[in-house]
Amino acid sequence: MVTVTINGERQSLDVAPDTPLLWVLRDTLGLTGTKYGCGIGMCGACTVHLDGEPVRSCQLPVSAAEGKSVTTIEGLAPAGSHPVQQAWIAEQVPQCGYCQSGQIMAAAALLAKTPKPTDAQIDQAMAGNLCRCGTYQRIRRAIHRAAGQA
Amino acid sequence: MTAGACSRRDFLRASATASAGLTLAFWLEGCGREPVAGGAASAAGPDGRFAPNAFLQVDPRGGVTVIAKHLEMGQGAFTGLATLIAEEMDADWAKVRVVGAPADAAKYANLNWGGAQGTGGSDAMANSYEQMRKAGATARAMLVAAAAQVWDVPAAEITVERGIVKHAGKRLASSFGELVRVAATLPVPAEVTLKDPATFTLIGKDGLPRADLRDKVDGSARFTQDVALEGLLTAVVLHPPRFGGTARRVDAERARAVPGVLHVVEIPTGVAVVATGFWAAKRGRDALAVDWDLSRAEGRGTAALRDEFRALLARPGLPARRDGDAEAGLRGAARTVEATYEVPYLAHAAMEPMNCVVQLGRDRCELWYGAQSHTADQAAVAARLGLAPAQVTINTLYAGGSFGRRAAKGNDYVLEAVEVARAIGGSAPVKLVWTREDDMTAGNFRPMFVHAVRGGLDGAGKPVAWHHRVVGQSVLSDTPFEGFAVKDGIDGASVEGITNLAYAVPAVACELHTPKVGVPVQWWRSVGHTHTAFAVESFIDELAHAAGQDPVAYRQALLEGKPRHLAVLKLAAEKAGWGSRLPAGRARGVAVHESFDSVVAEVAEVSVAGGVPRVHRVVCAVDCGIAINPDVIRAQMEGGIAYGLSAALHGAVTLEDGVVQERNFDRYRCLRIDEMPQVEVHIVPSSAAPTGVGEPGLPPIAPAVCNALFALTGTRVRSLPIRLA
Repeated sequence: MVTVTINGERQSLDVAPDTPLLWVLRDTLGLTGTKYGCGIGMCGACTVHLDGEPVRSCQLPVSAAEGKSVTTIEGLAPAGSHPVQQAWIAEQVPQCGYCQSGQIMAAAALLAKTPKPTDAQIDQAMAGNLCRCGTYQRIRRAIHRAAGQA
Repeated sequence: MTAGACSRRDFLRASATASAGLTLAFWLEGCGREPVAGGAASAAGPDGRFAPNAFLQVDPRGGVTVIAKHLEMGQGAFTGLATLIAEEMDADWAKVRVVGAPADAAKYANLNWGGAQGTGGSDAMANSYEQMRKAGATARAMLVAAAAQVWDVPAAEITVERGIVKHAGKRLASSFGELVRVAATLPVPAEVTLKDPATFTLIGKDGLPRADLRDKVDGSARFTQDVALEGLLTAVVLHPPRFGGTARRVDAERARAVPGVLHVVEIPTGVAVVATGFWAAKRGRDALAVDWDLSRAEGRGTAALRDEFRALLARPGLPARRDGDAEAGLRGAARTVEATYEVPYLAHAAMEPMNCVVQLGRDRCELWYGAQSHTADQAAVAARLGLAPAQVTINTLYAGGSFGRRAAKGNDYVLEAVEVARAIGGSAPVKLVWTREDDMTAGNFRPMFVHAVRGGLDGAGKPVAWHHRVVGQSVLSDTPFEGFAVKDGIDGASVEGITNLAYAVPAVACELHTPKVGVPVQWWRSVGHTHTAFAVESFIDELAHAAGQDPVAYRQALLEGKPRHLAVLKLAAEKAGWGSRLPAGRARGVAVHESFDSVVAEVAEVSVAGGVPRVHRVVCAVDCGIAINPDVIRAQMEGGIAYGLSAALHGAVTLEDGVVQERNFDRYRCLRIDEMPQVEVHIVPSSAAPTGVGEPGLPPIAPAVCNALFALTGTRVRSLPIRLA
């Protein structure tokens, strides 16, 4: 049994402790907003918050989250109301959308620490999140838009 | 009761909390009505809905549901199709939602595809422009007729605005929802009048949010991997290490011992491990020991293949174009220029690796995935299972990118999922998940190409002859398309962009070699233009330099009679400040190219630091006919530029002894946010019919960047990805 608080709810999970958190979220808990993209921590599609820090859930054994708090895209804010999500809508960021949960979680974590990031700080914080549709320019704009509100 | 029918209910239950769009697709299919053709059909849909045709329905609360015949893979097809319908309906955009159409070519064919349903060639808007507008206009006419009947007024006195039907004189107003009951009883008109484009309120306007936005920011958008069905199992397949290999002996003992693993089965493409979830399946696969028979597998590496291709460049190929006598022109030229260009194999590497959910029932097969070639997939699955195509149901989900990959010409991942389901006896629904490594090594790459170009200039520097030889695999070979698309040995997709060279050159010859290689290849965003634009737009730049002329002016002089090319070139050059001073260490390059009936010019501004090129700014001008959704067009230009720049800077799949070396994003590098240039998009105003936007932004970027690097460094980049010495 591994006990993790996920989106504010304490979960006792009967899974192999070496199972990556990503697959516990997706296959055990049905929280499918967090995506599989590479499995080696190179694309960021699986980004969630672990005690507020952005982590690659494909690289984190669920046992490493024992006693900690995990936030996924589903738990970021009620009904997509987080300033980052609102900015994503205002700037019409998503195309295919597959990477966007990870992008939004990474951006939300950035703004929580650095409320008004520069372009360079955005590039640094977001460079681990791939987008093959090429929405990067809009991601930058959306983060600036959300700056100071998140 | 068949398993299929059962699965449908299970799926409905499972997706009750998901986007309701998915569930809608089922009753759409179930309602079984034919599309409107001549006004004979009833407009009554289920649940009190008004359903004048196969493309839209209005519910009693006034919600408009658009049934999109094209896959939404990021390119904005949902938004575009809905805009066309909502425009002619005068619908309230806030009440419009979009769902993907199931496979049903009788209703949802791509009108450019000879009766087949599918998305590709950047023609979603082009083939739907009139069809969707008519669908919307039909709905509007019937809602107006309903109001006229209820209010007993002439229809001509009724207006419609944002989903509200009004009679100004009598101060009457009804929402669409209030009129659906009556509208559904009326005959469907055979003819409708479309709006004068001057009166458009949605088409061409900014500020219309994408139709697929909200569920893509809160995690609720459903992709194939997110499908939930009762008893759904996950399959991961171990594939042979080389193309064409087969399993000789499988030791599955350790794999079967992994908790959660339920089946290990051999299928034609490898060995599948089927488990209760992904992680168990993956661990099971890791525990497999397979002895592969590689005797018939492709064993060549890319270095050897490139040498073979280069050797072919020295020999005449099959003629793809012959206008005038290029050889004579070259012999008589005041000076000649020669260059060789090379591009590697490329993976599509969509963010969502290929995947497919399948449930087999007695005499039926139901699939859930981001289907891009519905009719071809349906036929292939039916043939594999011995079913009729109508017994294969395809539920179309969002695709997490495709760039051509999901229109798999061999239907590879779809058939693989079906084979796994069959191998376990159809005992459970199966979700096939390709890992990133599977996706990267499965082939269907953009083919490797080499080009040799020779140009002859007259005394004034004007080209008098252009001789272009191309070597590379055909993306159409070994496909059902080969028979009619490959003429006299020429796959037009290998030479598109050369055979229709925009520049006025009196003698043009294009020759093609199409070697057979065991590495499967496929179309990749912008198909042949991915490499032909690189060769043509680099070479014209070389000619301009040889002639001692400005690259923009040189092109302009050769584009007489090409007003769209001239317009985008002028616009991009102006907006980029072509000819104005740049800070030290920066330079500009230009390229212009037509693809998918659109013309795009791009000016790239570059620098080099520590041998690494950096693209700071790209100014893009596009003529894509009438701009249906300007912001979607801007997004597609940004995306095409990013995708093409990713390939130009980093992209290469290499094989050593037939084994793909780039298996994940660590070695197959892709463009990241810190490499993204500032992209500015300018749309040429046009009232012509819409043309492509998903692909045409891509072809000019690699040559524009390489031409800028030449302007900066004096060294030509003739091989991609860019490697500065």
